Amino acid sequence: MRGLTSRLARPLALVAVLALAAAACGGGNEASGGSGAQTGRLSGTVRIDGSSTVAPLSETAAEMFQNEQPGVRVTVGTSGTGGGFEKFCNGETDISDASRPIRQSEIDACTAKGIRYDQLTVGNDGIAVIVSPQNTWAQCLTVEQLKKVWEPGSRVSSWRDVDPSFPDERLALFGAGTDSGTFDYFTEAINGRSGASRTDYNATEDDNVTVNGVSGTRGGLGYLGLSYVEESGGRVRAVQVDGGGGCVAPTTQTVQNGTYKPLGRPVFIYPKADALQRPEVAAFVRFYIDNIDTITKEALYVPLTPQQKAESLAKLQGLIAS
Amino acid sequence: MTTPVSLRRRASVGSRLAQGGFRTAMLVSLFLAIGTLVALLAQVTVNGWPRLNSQLFTAFPSSRPERAGAQSAIFGTIWVMGVVAFTCIPVGVSAAIYLEEYADRSRWYNRVIELNIQNLAAVPAIVYGILGLAFLVRGIPKLGPTVLAAGLTLSLLVLPVVIIASREAIRAVPSSLREGSLSLGATQWQTVSRQVVPAALPGIATGTILAMSRAIGEAAPLLLLGALTFVTFNPDGLDSPFTVMPVQIFNWISRPQDEFRVLAAAAIVVLLGLLLAMNAAAIWLRNHYRREW
Amino acid sequence: MTATELSPAQPRPPTAVALGLVTRRPRYGEKVIKGLLFLCATLSIATTVAIVLSLVGPTVEFFGEVGIGEFLTGTTWAPLFADPAFGVLPLVTATFVITGIALCLAVPTGLLIATYLQQYARPQARKLLKPTLELLAGIPSVVYGFFALTFVTPILQDLWFVGDPPGIFNAASAGLVMGVMIVPTIASLSEDAMAAVPKALSEGAYALGSNRMTVSTRVVMPAALSGIVAAIVLGVSRAVGETMIVLIAAGGTPNLSFNPAEAMQTMTAFIASAGIGDQPTGSTGYKTIFAVGSTLFLLTLAMNLISIRLVRRYRQVYS
Repeated sequence: MRGLTSRLARPLALVAVLALAAAACGGGNEASGGSGAQTGRLSGTVRIDGSSTVAPLSETAAEMFQNEQPGVRVTVGTSGTGGGFEKFCNGETDISDASRPIRQSEIDACTAKGIRYDQLTVGNDGIAVIVSPQNTWAQCLTVEQLKKVWEPGSRVSSWRDVDPSFPDERLALFGAGTDSGTFDYFTEAINGRSGASRTDYNATEDDNVTVNGVSGTRGGLGYLGLSYVEESGGRVRAVQVDGGGGCVAPTTQTVQNGTYKPLGRPVFIYPKADALQRPEVAAFVRFYIDNIDTITKEALYVPLTPQQKAESLAKLQGLIAS
Repeated sequence: MTTPVSLRRRASVGSRLAQGGFRTAMLVSLFLAIGTLVALLAQVTVNGWPRLNSQLFTAFPSSRPERAGAQSAIFGTIWVMGVVAFTCIPVGVSAAIYLEEYADRSRWYNRVIELNIQNLAAVPAIVYGILGLAFLVRGIPKLGPTVLAAGLTLSLLVLPVVIIASREAIRAVPSSLREGSLSLGATQWQTVSRQVVPAALPGIATGTILAMSRAIGEAAPLLLLGALTFVTFNPDGLDSPFTVMPVQIFNWISRPQDEFRVLAAAAIVVLLGLLLAMNAAAIWLRNHYRREW
Repeated sequence: MTATELSPAQPRPPTAVALGLVTRRPRYGEKVIKGLLFLCATLSIATTVAIVLSLVGPTVEFFGEVGIGEFLTGTTWAPLFADPAFGVLPLVTATFVITGIALCLAVPTGLLIATYLQQYARPQARKLLKPTLELLAGIPSVVYGFFALTFVTPILQDLWFVGDPPGIFNAASAGLVMGVMIVPTIASLSEDAMAAVPKALSEGAYALGSNRMTVSTRVVMPAALSGIVAAIVLGVSRAVGETMIVLIAAGGTPNLSFNPAEAMQTMTAFIASAGIGDQPTGSTGYKTIFAVGSTLFLLTLAMNLISIRLVRRYRQVYS
């Protein structure tokens, strides 16, 4: 093989050098984790998955935490609240993001695998009903009107069907997918049963897609977490919702004091007790709750009330101690 | 090829109009294709210009577009392409050598292999993603969404391309080279390894580079494999979670903030630049080492 | 040493020479190497088997839970909802609507470009144009998707003149960009087909007084027809299997409609969305990925086999 080897030697050597250089550069970007206990440098991986609504909070927390602890890698997935719980109760993730409380079937699955956890409130969210900025006619929608549009088997296809005073503009619907906690919560609050919904709309677990869709379509109507409305910078507009007590716009106050109903809700993270035994996970979750005010502000979320924060801290202590 | 002057009749008006129309149609088609290419390149460059700076390479993805960059995607791409190169090239070239030098075409199983490779080249990329998901990520090896699983899946995707290109290159080597070697007493393997493959090497290298440039741009199969889109670290091993440039671009496109669109465009420019460099290298190899037999 | 004693003037008898060179020891190394290379070649078979296996199992289970009749004829696709519906037709029609739009653009454009390159262009122009076309073919589809969403859709929204203007996600934008993407495929394969037509045919036509256009359209194209059809079929196969453009530009609403201004979800877009959503292994949602994947695989396989046969046919006719 002499001929072959000598011909290949130079290019192979070049490739090898490049590969080593790449590996060295790649490795150099992570701090030498775990070294130097005196500097408190942590290392390891924290795996988070779940709700796309809660993801902005977890992502912000992850970024801020990694600035302090570059040796810890935090990954945030957005498989939806349901998908996140599946993985969580299968032992694949350390923390589950959820925009609705864990339900019984998921509790059973976790118990079966011996996974202990607790529910920490990390923010308040309102589900905003959004329209395009070009939509000048819809200012307030009642729960009955929303139900008429979104209930299973609904054939409503024009804005005029929603209210005779609206123009005859084609209704284009965007909303959460079936794995999403937003979906579960919205369908329960509006249609009366979690999971009951018409099916001919653009369903996605990624709230960004809903923003894109509604903002680009004149007759667009969608629902998603309120923080995405703030983030969108005016590309979509949230209508007021009349839950029986008059038209209420979703704002920090109305979500916190509960007047934005029925679409106001707290959102959670579910850390695993076993994972909290690892120093990097405990440090991360503690950082998350301690700095929750900054994090919610950064992520344009409705912040926790002082009571909620105290409660979350207490639960975290209890979980770590157990 | 035109008719000689002596035989040329004055074509009728209708005929001349039709010919003129035909010519126009052809030029319009050309303009459409090339114009779209130019428009695309111009649009991404203009859109991405504000963010085409070092931050794209030094920063990691972030939920705040001002702070975001693509470093984890760039390194993820390098790692995954490394796996692809190490697995796909040896296997593909070996398969091509077998098919061209050793295989007896009259045997049914060799014909089946050939037909099979042609079919595999046309299978949609996302089906390879399903294959990877079922067999590598969640199946028996349970690799999970890692660099290794992604690299192996993409290897399978571009393997037919490598095989077909290598076969062409090997076929182009004249048989006089082989016969001369054999007549001097070399074994078949010695002939292949010392004469045929070195002679075919430029063609093989060209085909390999083109296959890799196809693999770099693939996003669909990796989406199925679970390439995360919020990865703020570079891979540190074959078992590491990862993201690659096309997937990161896709994620940024999906975000509504305009600033992320700019980032996506900037990342596209980087990706296209990389592809252009690879294709230029392939063409240079082809021209520089072309031997007239 | 041979038994024969030779004087320098006489040449050695060939048989003696041959006997001297023949080795008695079989070369095991050669066999091993051949075996290894054969294994590499069979990896491709293993891949196909793996694809079929990975698709078949869950698909069969899926059809155990959901009737194949409902799958193939149902008109609502809502597999992941509380009251699921499993009719795959909306996905299939969306795939073909978008592919149809792509073909309307790509076939005339591709054939005209091929004719130009083959019959009309000067060598310098060819040298410039062919690499440019290859460039078009080499652009990743996610980039095309970006272009469709951010450049083509706004233009369509401004220029639309029939019925409701398209929303942000629509089939027309995806179809048009996909058409541009497959132009190089159709153009280069058609050009090969046209080049394979013997010069005798076209020269005969010129000798009879035809002009270039007539020769191109009435002589060369019909003669190269099977190759051209093969090219188109391959283009269709690529369009049907394309994921990123439709995922980004056509949206995720399953919609049984032929209106290109509407958003619709193709088979590939559904597979990608379901995959991103991370369905738990073994759930019905997970199995829909495989059921739709099988449909897609069978479609592209059929088209590819047709294309291969056509190519073989046109090669045989003229060789």
